[in-house]
Amino acid sequence: MAEKIDNLENLGQHRLNHLRELEAEAIFVIRETAAQFDNPALLFSGGKDSIVLFHLARKAFYPGRVPFPLLHIDTGHNFQETLEFRDYLVDKYGVKLLVGYVEDTIKEGKAKEDTGYYGTRNAIQSITLLDMIEKYKIDAALGGARRDEEKARAKERFFSHRDIFGQWDPKNQRPELWNLFNGRKHLGEHFRVFPLSNWTELDVWLYIYLEQIELPSLYFTHRRKVFNRDGVWLAWAPFMRLKPDEKVEERDVRCRTIGDIPTTGLTLSMASTVEEIVYEVATTNTTERGMRFDDKVSETSMEDRKREGYF
Amino acid sequence: MEQHTKLSKQEIKQKVDELLNNYLEMDLLRFTTAGSVDDGKSTMIGRLLYDTKAIFQDQLDAVERASIRRGEEQINLALITDGLKAEREQGITIDVAYRYFHTPKRKFIIADTPGHVQYTRNMVTGASTANLAIILIDARNGVVEQTLRHSYIASLLQIKHIIVTVNKMDLVNYDQQVYEKIKKDYENISQKLEVPDIRFIPISALKGDNVVEKSQNMPWYDGPTLLWLLENINITSDLNLKDPRFPVQYVVRPMNDEWHDYRGYAGRLASGVFHVGDEVMILPSGLTTKITSIHLSDRQLDYAFAPQSVTMTVADDIDISRGNMIVPVDNLPQQSNEVEMKICWFNQRPLQTKGRYILRHTTTEMLAMITDIIYKLDINTLEKNFEDKQIKMNDIARIKVRTAQPLFFDPYRVNRQTGAVILIDESTNETVAAGMIE
Ligand SMILES: Nc1nc2c(ncn2[C@@H]2O[C@H](COP(=O)(O)OP(=O)(O)OP(=O)(O)O)[C@@H](O)[C@H]2O)c(=O)[nH]1
Ligand SMILES: [Mg+2]
Repeated sequence: MAEKIDNLENLGQHRLNHLRELEAEAIFVIRETAAQFDNPALLFSGGKDSIVLFHLARKAFYPGRVPFPLLHIDTGHNFQETLEFRDYLVDKYGVKLLVGYVEDTIKEGKAKEDTGYYGTRNAIQSITLLDMIEKYKIDAALGGARRDEEKARAKERFFSHRDIFGQWDPKNQRPELWNLFNGRKHLGEHFRVFPLSNWTELDVWLYIYLEQIELPSLYFTHRRKVFNRDGVWLAWAPFMRLKPDEKVEERDVRCRTIGDIPTTGLTLSMASTVEEIVYEVATTNTTERGMRFDDKVSETSMEDRKREGYF
Repeated sequence: MEQHTKLSKQEIKQKVDELLNNYLEMDLLRFTTAGSVDDGKSTMIGRLLYDTKAIFQDQLDAVERASIRRGEEQINLALITDGLKAEREQGITIDVAYRYFHTPKRKFIIADTPGHVQYTRNMVTGASTANLAIILIDARNGVVEQTLRHSYIASLLQIKHIIVTVNKMDLVNYDQQVYEKIKKDYENISQKLEVPDIRFIPISALKGDNVVEKSQNMPWYDGPTLLWLLENINITSDLNLKDPRFPVQYVVRPMNDEWHDYRGYAGRLASGVFHVGDEVMILPSGLTTKITSIHLSDRQLDYAFAPQSVTMTVADDIDISRGNMIVPVDNLPQQSNEVEMKICWFNQRPLQTKGRYILRHTTTEMLAMITDIIYKLDINTLEKNFEDKQIKMNDIARIKVRTAQPLFFDPYRVNRQTGAVILIDESTNETVAAGMIE
């Protein structure tokens, strides 16, 4: 398979197919980040986008090492599989890992946890992230966010400026011409950089298939204790509070996107290989974020969180 | 509910391989919308996505809910791209929204840009990477100042294809005379543009006439629909494959035992093709050497072409760093400390003649001074004004720039990558202008 595609790379007259064009663009952006900033970090969530981003970063600096650490914000409510996979990658490729704990942010009294049924630690992550950025003097945080995910993300630049409070000002973004990225900033400001901006969900999956990229087991079908809340299947865990009418049952599920346990809606699926996942993604009529609880809060919840410093 | 796939694993694999093959063979068209505020750009993009069924159900539901909340009777298609709170409050586009879709023929990246003059910089942002621009004109208003400004900017950016859609035909009774008059007016001004391919379509974005479906209301129009044109227009690649240019982006030095003496020059080919064995010159040093290897990650290549991101090694141990450019010895770019360029000014603070700016060009940055304003463009007439030297926000001008180091460039007309610059204000760090070297 791989060979067949690679022949297609050169569509006759020195033309890249568009997956390879997206790859070349992402590598360019990653290298530009390493060159323009003193202290970048790659925001690693354990989800497929950050895994693809890390894969591209390894390509960008081959045969050298990735010249920046991975930064993970651990809400304390993560799937065990995500953490195991994270540690496995870090170990395999000898990259440095920084972890920020939402638990610490709560203990330090910087945020109050909402422990209601719909309470998640999602919004608190932004505070933990900004603390980590300050603590490690990170001046550019590379993220795997894509413009096709959500309507506020559709407005992002590749190099997205954040003021000293870590805030995004969507009404007043810097112009971004061609691929001449302006990463200049004042002390205390930083940038978020999104090399996968132009990728769609299908692009990401096809690329994973093409490049045979390893993924955490959560993406493939497995039997799990779950419960249904407002039409969304959520994983059961000891810290998840059930409403009286909700009952735990076992189902064959998989993740289409990975956040922490309270925010990640699961898909009922028997897909056990990347091919089957590609097939599912190509034939579905909902977006991956349609199943995320964190986006359902209000019409502009993503924009609101992003303004405050979210990924 | 449970999604038990009916197909066997073998069948699925076959289908996915087929999908991948088809998908990879499709070419990519990047297009942008342009035109004055409220001419219907966002509505047209919404209509295009809606009628091609390129909107996912959950997104459609969300747009429907938002439309109802706003007290609108039918789904407001502009909300598909106008996603920011402030945009929805004001009913205008503020910043570019990027959308992605494909038909069996092509893959598309859409940049829906704002028409409001205050946000011209965001229109230029969206247009700077486009192969094609759709310029909307409100049939009731005809060609207005913003139509001219955006058309001129598209031409400046060397966008080769423009589709002029005369929109809101439903509000002028689908009258052919109205359309023909606007078409004629635009053809007149287009003589002052450098756009080789201009087409016209009468549409109603709101009602859907001639966007994806052929209109029943305008039997007098026998041309193609917008979607048909987008799928079939022949896009000759904007990439220059004749003049090899490799701006060095990053130096890879693994410094481990296995790769002890390795020094790789990483970057993205701005244009052209490089082969292993090519005799090359390093700029600005002028030293010459030979390419000994080209890598794309761990894959060895015999040659690389734009826009690939690769890593090269060379035969001699010479000093090469970020901002240098590798070029073939027999095809050199121009070199100068003083260049003329057309600019589009973005900042509230007017251009300062004799002012110092940071100039960014490929992977290099240097100090620059604007030494002279040659002319300012009068947007209404598209004539050159040699008297007025006040360059303010949204103005287009031709200027002379002196740089602290020599610039190695090709004219923008010949090479979009090595002919483009941005100017940055030293004190605010803002990008204040886009420049296209003459
Ligand atoms: N009757 C009619 N109204 C239209 C048509 N197209 C757009 N409109 C209306 O015109 C208004 C402006 O439409 P938008 O799509 O927001 O315009 P725009 O060009 O994107 O505006 P900016 O992005 O702010 O420059 C809205 O009220 C639309 O419903 C059309 O074909 N017919
Ligand atoms: Mg609009």
